[in-house]
Amino acid sequence: MKALRFIIAGTIFGIIMSKSEAISWYRIQEMFRFQSFHMYGIIGVAVLLGAAITYLIKKFRLKDIHGNPIILEDKKMQWRKYLFGGIIFGLGWALTGACPGPIFVNLGYGYLTFLVVIAGALLGTLTYGIIKDKIPH
Amino acid sequence: MIDAISDSIRQPWPWYVSGFMIALVLAFMLFTGKTFGFSSNLRTLCTLCGAGRKWAFFNFNWKDQAWNLLFLLGSILGGFITSHFLENGQALKLASSTVQDIQKIGINFTGEMQPGQLFGPEALLSVKGILILITGGFLVGFGSRYAGGCTSGHAITGLSNLQKPSLIAVAGFFIGGLIMTHLLLPLIF
Repeated sequence: MKALRFIIAGTIFGIIMSKSEAISWYRIQEMFRFQSFHMYGIIGVAVLLGAAITYLIKKFRLKDIHGNPIILEDKKMQWRKYLFGGIIFGLGWALTGACPGPIFVNLGYGYLTFLVVIAGALLGTLTYGIIKDKIPH
Repeated sequence: MIDAISDSIRQPWPWYVSGFMIALVLAFMLFTGKTFGFSSNLRTLCTLCGAGRKWAFFNFNWKDQAWNLLFLLGSILGGFITSHFLENGQALKLASSTVQDIQKIGINFTGEMQPGQLFGPEALLSVKGILILITGGFLVGFGSRYAGGCTSGHAITGLSNLQKPSLIAVAGFFIGGLIMTHLLLPLIF
């Protein structure tokens, strides 16, 4: 039953991504060309509400459903990894029009060619894991 | 009443509905004791393929991430449900300036979710088409692990938690995206 909870959350996520057209290469092009507010609106509202949720969790030390305190860990400050990794990610995001979530949502939507994108993404992650100690962080 | 609701679900969702729903997903994950970060799944999938036997980065118990893989499974299902039951056949409304700009680089706007040229079966008929799909995926997979997260982990979760590293990562996402869109895409297509 516990498993079902995460499958349902993922399903809702997949439906949100599809119905808001955030999985569309066209919409990502529109975003990187600053020709529509759509994607900025989606991310902006999610972040504003997310910030309110995060603030409330911290302020009232809210607990999760298991009774454990919800801990939001601070990320370690290493600017190179975030900047360089971010730029590489952005290049791929604009080329495929999809970040990791939408890559899989697209597959379910019926674009089977995303299997090739997934293969590439796994290869990329694998490569990072192999060479990670040799690149600046 | 039910008809009206099902009609409005089938319409494309406005940005504020989607943004609100994404925040709900984030809250759900936090209140179930988990986090909202999709790209970790790529690492777990590598581990499932046996990469942990050779490389320490993938040597961890994948079962600790099973909940996230279930989320991934659900996201595929969500895409399937939408295209089969929640679409009303309405064409995507793309900004006319974008339609013109991508036409200049040879991509036609058809009103579908994705350009068939890039993601239809015909994309697999040319070496270039396949290379675009693999390279794009590679950059996403490499970059997200290098940066320690993707749009969900950094842009949504990280920015919500006012994390400076996430702000740097998101700035990076945009630098890379702008370079690809404005400088590289015209050369590629």
